Amino acid sequence: MARVLINFAHPALEKSRVHKQLLATIRGIKGITINDLYEWYPDLDIDVAREQQLLEKHDIILLQHPFYWYSAPAIIKQWLDLVLEHGWAYGHTGKALQGKYFGNVISAGSSERNYQPEGIHQYPVHQFLLPYSQTAALCNMQYAAPYVIYGVHRMDIEDIRTAAEQYRHMLELLRDDKIDPAALPRLTYMNEALQLPSQTRSI
Amino acid sequence: MNQHSLLFQSMVYLAAAIVFVPLAKKMGLGAVLGYLIAGVIIGPSVMGFIGKEGEDIMHFAEFGVVMMLFLIGMELEPTLLWRLRTSILGLGGLQVLGSAAAIAGLAYLLGQPFNASLALGMILSLSSTAIVLQTLNEKGWMGTAAGQSAFSVLLFQDIAVIPMLAIFPLLASGAANTADLHESSLRDNLPAWGQTLVVLGAVASIIIAGRYLVNPLMRIIARTRVRELFTAMALLMVVAIAVLMNLVGLSSALGAFLGGVVLANSEYRHELESDIEPFKGLLLGLFFIAVGASIDFTLIMEEPLLIFGLVLGLMLIKAAVLMILGKVFKLSTDQNLLFAFALADIGEFAFVLLAFSNQVRLIDARLSAMLTAIVAISMALTPLIMLLYEKVVQPRFTRQIPKQDERSSDEIHEKNPVIIAGFGRFGSMTGRFLRANGIKCTILDMDSDRVDALHNLGIKVYYGDASRYDLLAAAGAADAKLLIVATDQYEQTRQIVELAQKYFPHLQLLVRAQQVEDSFELMDLGVLHIYRETVDTSLRMGADALRMLGARAYHSERAARTFFRQDERTLKGLSATRDDKKQYLISMRERIEEMEKLIASDRIKTWLDEGQGWDPESVRDEVRGEAES
Repeated sequence: MARVLINFAHPALEKSRVHKQLLATIRGIKGITINDLYEWYPDLDIDVAREQQLLEKHDIILLQHPFYWYSAPAIIKQWLDLVLEHGWAYGHTGKALQGKYFGNVISAGSSERNYQPEGIHQYPVHQFLLPYSQTAALCNMQYAAPYVIYGVHRMDIEDIRTAAEQYRHMLELLRDDKIDPAALPRLTYMNEALQLPSQTRSI
Repeated sequence: MNQHSLLFQSMVYLAAAIVFVPLAKKMGLGAVLGYLIAGVIIGPSVMGFIGKEGEDIMHFAEFGVVMMLFLIGMELEPTLLWRLRTSILGLGGLQVLGSAAAIAGLAYLLGQPFNASLALGMILSLSSTAIVLQTLNEKGWMGTAAGQSAFSVLLFQDIAVIPMLAIFPLLASGAANTADLHESSLRDNLPAWGQTLVVLGAVASIIIAGRYLVNPLMRIIARTRVRELFTAMALLMVVAIAVLMNLVGLSSALGAFLGGVVLANSEYRHELESDIEPFKGLLLGLFFIAVGASIDFTLIMEEPLLIFGLVLGLMLIKAAVLMILGKVFKLSTDQNLLFAFALADIGEFAFVLLAFSNQVRLIDARLSAMLTAIVAISMALTPLIMLLYEKVVQPRFTRQIPKQDERSSDEIHEKNPVIIAGFGRFGSMTGRFLRANGIKCTILDMDSDRVDALHNLGIKVYYGDASRYDLLAAAGAADAKLLIVATDQYEQTRQIVELAQKYFPHLQLLVRAQQVEDSFELMDLGVLHIYRETVDTSLRMGADALRMLGARAYHSERAARTFFRQDERTLKGLSATRDDKKQYLISMRERIEEMEKLIASDRIKTWLDEGQGWDPESVRDEVRGEAES
């Protein structure tokens, strides 16, 4: 069984429609740890030791957050700066995260079409996520394809519920080793793991 | 050994205080009563260590009152007097007039001559500033409406002593006034009008000296920068005034009070205050002991019914006058009762005035002795009466809450998720914050004055003692989620916590703590959320100081938070070992060392171990290592 850690960041969860639903749907599932960063560190004062222990205990690390300004809410940056220490996460002696999987789970207001050369954002999401994939590489981790929920501005509550259910399903498959995490880096989106025929997605 | 040597006497007084005051405190009687009991025990009636029967042992002890009045006088800034003018003149004036008239009338009916009756009325209308203020302070009632009213009345009484002293010789006119004097004074051979003149002259000279002599003198002393000279100067001033007043046969307490008033606007006021303060407490204790010792039990034994009847009668008359005035001045019933209970006694100035009127032959010696006993008994009763008020009367009024609910019945059924007990400076901040965030709170407070004020602001506050089960239940404790305990007195805080834990275990408790010891006790009680009231502010101040010294703002903030976390951890560690005194000291020392080490390492590394990710030296080392190889 794979242990999944979700480092969640939303500075105003009470206002969020999508993440509130996602979180409610996946909360309490065995084997999946939700680490709500703004809840733990309202003052951005991150307990590095605690975070490192959490990372050590899990195999798949997902950063779940809204896609703010082509990146993540501020606390994710703070978390990266502080937790991924030299000599622990990277550098000659920094092997603590070796072999783990690292990825983003993001919600984007615009549709996928807008993340195209002719769309208003001009570049695909993957290019904006370059810092994360390179961070994973420097820390000897595999960068999994991002799980993206596009066009959340236009979603109604039914759409959100469906999206949340899919997300939960995907996490459960990951946890139960029904999806081989090694397949994740080869995908375009992690969402596709659900569509994989069952024989290719399991080992 | 000479039993009357100064050292022996001092030893007896001090030992008595040290034995009886803690005992009285332990029994919940308060310090004043402790001193009084100590006085009775060591006095001539029981053990006879101090004073022979009938001897005036008040003489030296009066110095405590002198000190206190000096300090009270110094509190009397014109602005305060102006602010309290209605209650001082109105409440105070009417109290003295009303009580004096009633008592004088009674005395006249009982066959005293007219002039003597008048004097008795005035003497017995006064209340004990020393005991009342001390007791109100001890119980934390100074800030209540009753406390403030009592303060105003006491102020007026203290001032009223001046004209009384001036009037008494006139009342005694005709009677010879030189015989039987204990001490000679400048006034001895003067006619009545001359005596009045001397009194006024002495008062004037204190005012003039205070104005034009003290400030320049203080400036010279301040320039020497020898701290104890300041204390000496302060003491000298009080003693000198006392001596001067004795010289003209006036009350030294009165003189000191005047001196204080004159110095109220001096630039050295606060220095003088803090220098005299420690002496005040001790000497006041001495005074209380002397009051206890001066209760003449043989006299009481001779006519117990008459004396206790008079004590009771006098106090009832005074209380009745006070109650009427309190009603007129719109004190709520419970505050009015406290006001009347507190001021029903007869004050220390009565000793002075009795002695004085005995001197000028206004009243005869036997009556004077009897009244001295009556005054002392009434003073001794005051702390007991206050205790009675606290234990019996006050709780009755907290029962009124359900009635208040009936009055605004539309809101009985309002069930709020939060109950706040205590809406003083601490609780009100929390309450306002929650209100601003749309959280409805049921607020309980013990200060009816504050409750009324908040009512006027449109904030719904229930008057009552949250440490009572019925009240907490009426406030909706059964359905609330949180109970915020922000009361001013720790004793009450603890009672509320225990009550809530027993009857409303579902309530989450958020408790304010003032002292470290309080925090420990709350931890023992199993309270998880303890808020030491000044910690956050102090650390914010510390962080600002760091910033002003050149540290970056974010660094200062983080340093304060790190310190806070460490301190909380330390507190928990200390709490575990505090019962074992030796172990407590050891761990205390260890924690302090630990904290200092942490801070020292912080200075060297520019930041604590955490936060390494921002600028790791190790990266540079590694990169340099790669370049070389």
